[in-house]
Amino acid sequence: MSDASATAVWLWLAIIASGLYHGINPGMGWPLAVSAGLMEKSPRALAGALLPLSAGHLLAMLIILLPFALLITLVEWQRQLQAAAAIIVIGFGVMRLVNRRHPRALARIPPTKLTLWSFAVAIAHGAGLMLLPIYLGLCAAGAAETGHEAAARVIHQNLAMALLVALAHTAAMLAAGGSVAWLVYRYLGVRYVARSWFNLETVWAISLVLVGAVALTVTMVQWQ
Amino acid sequence: MTMRPDSTFYASPRLAMEAPAENFAYTLLLSPDFSKPDALAVIDVKPGSKTYSQIVHTVTMPNKGDEFHHFGWNACSSALSPLAGHAFIERRFLVIPGIRSSRIYVVDTKPSPLEAKIHKIIEPEEVFKKTGYSRPHTIHCGPEGIYVSTLGGGGKDGTQGPPGVFIMDCETFDVLGRWEIDRGPQTLHYDFWWNLPRDYMVTSEWALPPQFENGIVAEDLLANKYGHRLHFWDLRARRNVQTIDLGANHQMALEVRPAHDPVREYGFVGVVVDTTNLEASIWTWWREGGKFHAEKTATIPPEPAPKEKLPPLLQGFGAVPPLVTDIDLSMDDRFLYVSCWGTGEMRQYDVRDPRKPKLAGSVHIGGIARRTPHPNGKPYAGGPQMVEISRDGKRVYWTNSLYSTWDDQFYPDGMPGAEVMAKVGSDGGLELAGDYFVSFPDGYRPHQIRLEGGDCSTDSFCYPSVWN
Repeated sequence: MSDASATAVWLWLAIIASGLYHGINPGMGWPLAVSAGLMEKSPRALAGALLPLSAGHLLAMLIILLPFALLITLVEWQRQLQAAAAIIVIGFGVMRLVNRRHPRALARIPPTKLTLWSFAVAIAHGAGLMLLPIYLGLCAAGAAETGHEAAARVIHQNLAMALLVALAHTAAMLAAGGSVAWLVYRYLGVRYVARSWFNLETVWAISLVLVGAVALTVTMVQWQ
Repeated sequence: MTMRPDSTFYASPRLAMEAPAENFAYTLLLSPDFSKPDALAVIDVKPGSKTYSQIVHTVTMPNKGDEFHHFGWNACSSALSPLAGHAFIERRFLVIPGIRSSRIYVVDTKPSPLEAKIHKIIEPEEVFKKTGYSRPHTIHCGPEGIYVSTLGGGGKDGTQGPPGVFIMDCETFDVLGRWEIDRGPQTLHYDFWWNLPRDYMVTSEWALPPQFENGIVAEDLLANKYGHRLHFWDLRARRNVQTIDLGANHQMALEVRPAHDPVREYGFVGVVVDTTNLEASIWTWWREGGKFHAEKTATIPPEPAPKEKLPPLLQGFGAVPPLVTDIDLSMDDRFLYVSCWGTGEMRQYDVRDPRKPKLAGSVHIGGIARRTPHPNGKPYAGGPQMVEISRDGKRVYWTNSLYSTWDDQFYPDGMPGAEVMAKVGSDGGLELAGDYFVSFPDGYRPHQIRLEGGDCSTDSFCYPSVWN
């Protein structure tokens, strides 16, 4: 296995891991699925809530990744873009560390609009930003494997990669969040909602800073 | 910020019922002649304690004439809503508005209720300037922070513009501004509550300040000029979606008590007096097919009384109206407690079938004509008024005062403050506890009670009660 494909494996693992992490975080919505299931007295309603929650999360990933998918077709700027993305992620993490308040606008979203809620929450917490350096790393690894190709082809590859990354991440999130929701709904009881709810604000912000810092370091090392 | 949700946040009403019992009851004290500053009393309610049924700490305010009435917590079980996103605050601060002064006090109850102290004072000018409302009243914590209902609009007598609800930040206690975006036909205000997952709010109507501040205005009452409507709102859209008129003779629709279990889309409201026959009534409201409905589901008749036993206000009627001034619903949505402040009776209705309340228990104490003493022999002036139920539904606490100027009209012989408690039988029924009788310092009357760790008129829930 080449260095590039070994890197790619690790990056894919990171995408799955971040999906699992987002999934088990109650702030990303699994308690809403529990509530929906209990309110309608039906496991189908639980599954029905997971779908819009996942769709909103997927959209929030794509809206961050897609512009970068287009930008990094400028292959000669790849390093600069990776560095810039890493710095944005670090900056957002630091901002979350300093300003812990939730945007008040989130409280205005009605409980029936789960897709919008999930999208807004993911954007507000920088969930998509967490994926960005990993995604750019994957694109870079891909480029190293295949060498320079026609710009049109690279765009296609990058867009496909963005979709794949967002889908894989969201699938992992759905699996983790759905499992927790089901366990709470079926076996553990709503008592577990409060019990399982740890304050991840700090951990989350530090995660962003760490992902950004690692990406920045790797980029700088490779740049030399 | 905490690392875990507060242990007194309960995901469902059932979990709230299973939580440890309250050790302290917070009770507001008001100086009816405004000669002393109002205060917050902390009462020991732990059975077996040496100071059981006594005031163990008092927070006295630095101003006079606030007139305390209702109050509430900065945060409650509603914080566990995954939509709200702030589960990591504490149930710690009591937000206490003065309905006469429009001043709001924030009292810190940590590290111990015995050391409760003033944390912040919001001066009336800030409320006026930022909201255009005056006379803040009911407090609930919800998705956008702390919601405060008001009884008055702008201007000196609170009649410039309608009263409404405003929002405060639940951490900094900054007054943020008006809540309503579209108030529809709503022009009066009293109580409010909601169903969070179903996303609606219900508000009720008392009167404008000139109709209550200097006493009840009999001509206005007989002309049916007090409030008699219920308003239903889209909670997140902040929009009035429906108004139901209970009929002009149903004067003063006060406390709104929705079912605690969010699966149940119904609730109750108490009407003080029907001007055609002096009856008090309980109304059930519910949502069905996207519309709200309300109907009168229980009535309480007036009691005839000789003229010499009646205050001047009532002598022309020859009867005591029951005056339902407060109602409260147990955490399991089974029993509705109804204060008959005029006739001196606390009623317990079984409301498992919400549109067919069945009288399940009753105790008499005080009353304009009956003047029933407490079973321990102590006199009790006034009637059962602000009522609060323990989370487990086994104890029902209440105080005797309604509102400074109204107390004097209905009970002109004076009203020493009293707080009592009744025990609830396992299958209903009420019995006053002989050993629970709180006396208050001379010149003070008690009003609303809040129980440590939440109670039946505080917490709102986002998950239904289920056994697992």
